[in-house]
This record gives sequence, C-alpha cells and structure tokens, in this order.
Amino acid sequence: MILALSGKEVAAELEQNFPGSVVESGENSILVKSESVFAIAEYLKNTPELDFSYLTHISAVDYYNYFELVYQLISIQHKHSLVIKTRCYDRQNPVIPSVVKLWRGADFQEREIYDLMGVSFEGHPNLKRIALWQGFEGHPLRKDYL
Amino acid sequence: MAIKTEPFVLNIGPVHPSTHGVFRMRATLDGEVMIDLEPVFGYLHRGVEKLAEERTYTGVIPLTDRLDYIASMTNNLAYVVAVEKLAGISVPERAEYLRVILAELQRIANHLIAVGSFLNDCGAYFTPFLYMFRERERVIDLFEMVSGQRLLYNFMRVGGFNQDVPDEFFPALEKFIRQMPRYIDEYERLLKENEILLARAKGVGILPKEVAINISASGPVLRGSGVEWDLRKVAPYSVYDRFEFDIPTGTVGDCYDRYRVRVIEMRQSLRIIEQAMKEIPAGPVKSDVPQLIRPPVGEAYGSIEAPKGELGFYLVSDGSIAPYRCHIRAPSLLNLTALREMMIGWKIQDAIIIFGSIDITMGEVDR
Repeated sequence: MILALSGKEVAAELEQNFPGSVVESGENSILVKSESVFAIAEYLKNTPELDFSYLTHISAVDYYNYFELVYQLISIQHKHSLVIKTRCYDRQNPVIPSVVKLWRGADFQEREIYDLMGVSFEGHPNLKRIALWQGFEGHPLRKDYL
Repeated sequence: MAIKTEPFVLNIGPVHPSTHGVFRMRATLDGEVMIDLEPVFGYLHRGVEKLAEERTYTGVIPLTDRLDYIASMTNNLAYVVAVEKLAGISVPERAEYLRVILAELQRIANHLIAVGSFLNDCGAYFTPFLYMFRERERVIDLFEMVSGQRLLYNFMRVGGFNQDVPDEFFPALEKFIRQMPRYIDEYERLLKENEILLARAKGVGILPKEVAINISASGPVLRGSGVEWDLRKVAPYSVYDRFEFDIPTGTVGDCYDRYRVRVIEMRQSLRIIEQAMKEIPAGPVKSDVPQLIRPPVGEAYGSIEAPKGELGFYLVSDGSIAPYRCHIRAPSLLNLTALREMMIGWKIQDAIIIFGSIDITMGEVDR
C-alpha cells in the first residue's frame, strides 16, 4: 500500500531547512511559496529517507484570485506519497520555477499548463504550445476565456 | 573524393499508416539514421477538460470513453473511481467484481491490438494483426452483450452499473476464458522464438530503469524496464487485493521486453477473470446515488492501472453539479517523454518499431 505522508510532519522537516517557505500544511499536502518550489522539490527528491523519484502528475486549477498548481510525488522505493501545492497570484503574467531538471516527466505537462492555462515556467528548455497551434491567442482553460 | 552529405528533415506526418493516430514527427535524418526528432501533437485536441466543466458528473462519462478509444471500459472506471473517492460513495460487492472482470477483459482486448500492431510495424504485416483481431472480436461481442456498444461503452456509472449483465454473459465468458489460452499459445508458437522478431526487436529502443522512473512512465513501458510497479498490487483499488496474479517485468527495457510483458499480462488477466467469476456474489449492482451528484467541496485524485499505464483523474469540486476542474493524467502522454532519446541513433524502420512498442493512443495524448 502506498502510505500518504502527513503534511504536518513534512512541513516541520522542511521548516528546518527552508524556513518560511511552507505556507500551510494539510492532511496529506503542503502549500509552499511559488519561489521555493524548485528548492523544496530538489530536497524532497535527493534526501534518501524521502526519495521522491516519481512525479505522478502536475495539475493547474484556476481559482479566480490565483492559479494553484498541484504536484503529486511518489517514492517507488519507500512506497509513500506526498502532494505539494503552490499558488500564483499574478494573473497577467504568472511564473513558477520549472521542475523539469528534476523529473523529466514534467516536460510535456508544464508545456500543456503553459498552453492552456497561461502559467509560464522559468527554466523550462522548450516552453512552446503543445495542444494548440503556435500563434493561438489566449489560454482556453482559464475561467475567463469565453 | 568524399561524397558530400547533409542532414535531411523528413516529416513523418500526421496522416501515416504507422503513426497509430494523428502523430507527427519531424525527423532529421543522416542517410537513414535518425539524428534528431521533434514530436508534434495536438491534432486531436478536443478540449475534453474544458467540456467536462460544463457537464454533470455523470455526463462526463461519455467524454472519458473517447480518451483512449481502444480501451473504453478502463477510462470509465478511472473516472468513476475518482468521483467516488471525491464524494465518498461506496459500491456494492457484485459491482466491484463485475468491474474487475470488465477491466481485465478490456486489458486483454487492448494488448491484442498493441501486440498486433507492433508486429504489423515489424513487417509481419497483417497476419498476426488479424489473428489477434479475431480474438478481440470475441471480447467485443461480450461487451456488446453487456452494454450494447462495440467500442465506446459508456457503461460504468458512479456507484456501480445501471443494469446487471444479461443471463447469457457468464456462460459466454466461461467459454471465452477456456478457449483463449490456446490462442495465446498459438501466437507464442509463431512469435516467441521467431528469428525475425528477435533480430528486429531485441536490443532496440532501450529505456533504462532510472530514465523510465524519471520520465513518469507507467504500465508496460515501466515494467518492461524492470521496475515492479503495478497499481493493482501497490495501491489496490476495487477488489484487486483478493486475487492472485503475477506482475511480469522485463530486464533490459527493449521492444522485445515490452512485447513479452504484454503477452504475459494477457495470461494473468485470464487468471484474474477466472478467480473473479468463481467468487462473484449475487446482489444489487448500484448503490443509492442521487440523479444529480453533488460532491462536497474538495478535491480528489483517483487512478487505476489502465492497459496503457496509470490513468488518473484529478477532480476539484465546488459543491455544484458539474466538476470545477477535471484534469486527466494520461499515460500515453508521459510515456512519450523519452521518445527522442529512445529513437536517436536508430534507422527509420527501427524508429517505427520503437514508437509502436510504447503503445499510445492519440485520444489520450491530446485529449
């Protein structure tokens, strides 16, 4: 069985190494500041006890005041999972650090989020539209499109 | 005097018999060897995720059929499992067993196409393809008996099924699982030690274990590379923890390993169906679910082991009758991430085989 790690315990551990970056922690998820996503993800991947080697998915949700990105991580070796969330409050030009260097599975998913939601990823090697054609204007999955 | 050569860009275009759908590859070739590859897709993008926000929770089920249009039952199952997780709805026992039976039948049907078209790409042309379609027709007959449809079933519902299977289903299923192993033996006799298949598929398109984990591969692609990760064993959903079955894994991660994983999985699916048929109880097939489902405010991620990999739905609910956000975690899209590095250095004909061995469906990739 995959054990879902407790958000509070992970938040406490992260607080020691990255003070101030965890905004709140839920039952199985932690909410982190958007600037520190890459640093925290790197820590979670490279620490041997945590060893989150597998990124299940990245989803983006448009709540009208902010965009929320949800990362689901799994450790194949230890069989535990964690959910990381981050929010981006800028609606005109949202930017979030990319995690492609850690998990290459994020490549197409981040391109899709850029294409359909309009959230840019800093550090992505090839941020082009993936589902729609180049030259399409607008980001259809946003709540205020149409 | 040396011959002057230059790289040549070939567009293996969206309309092509070997591309398993509308998939475009811009390949840069040096002679016949591929030196660069750019996959381009989006030709089948229909905006399923946006459409799902306008329909009720039950109304999204036909949309999910059309994601991986070859294996519709498991698409429905993944979505329905996610909604039940979100709304906290439980499913009666008989419905759980029926779900397992239908999902495993779907896995057999999908792997028949996957192996058949892989061999088609290898050059065995349509002989194994049509042999396997002969068996797939029998599975589709069973599905038609149950749901009335041959390909896009729209059969699973939140809370179970709308109606029970007809009386002739279980005798027909019994006949099928008694005869199917001999057909798989027939394919093995022709193919397993076949010189040409071994020469074309062994050592071709190797996906190392660490790369497979890093690109979030799942399903036979991940297991072919040697990682023993199957959601039916690791995080059992429905009643899979009551059955005994093995998880085949490959060793090297080449095309031949992925092919072997799929054939062995077919046999294991037959094993699961046999056990499920013995233990299935009588009873209702749908729990008491309102006509318009209103889950409480919250979110859930539900996933299953679909034939192509881990198919998951991330649902966000705001308390109304339609999902606020429905994000689809498509296995085919993530399995394609390493396509470029799996193909570079091989000739065009090997590249087509490598692409066929990953087994993708464009409906899932583009959504």
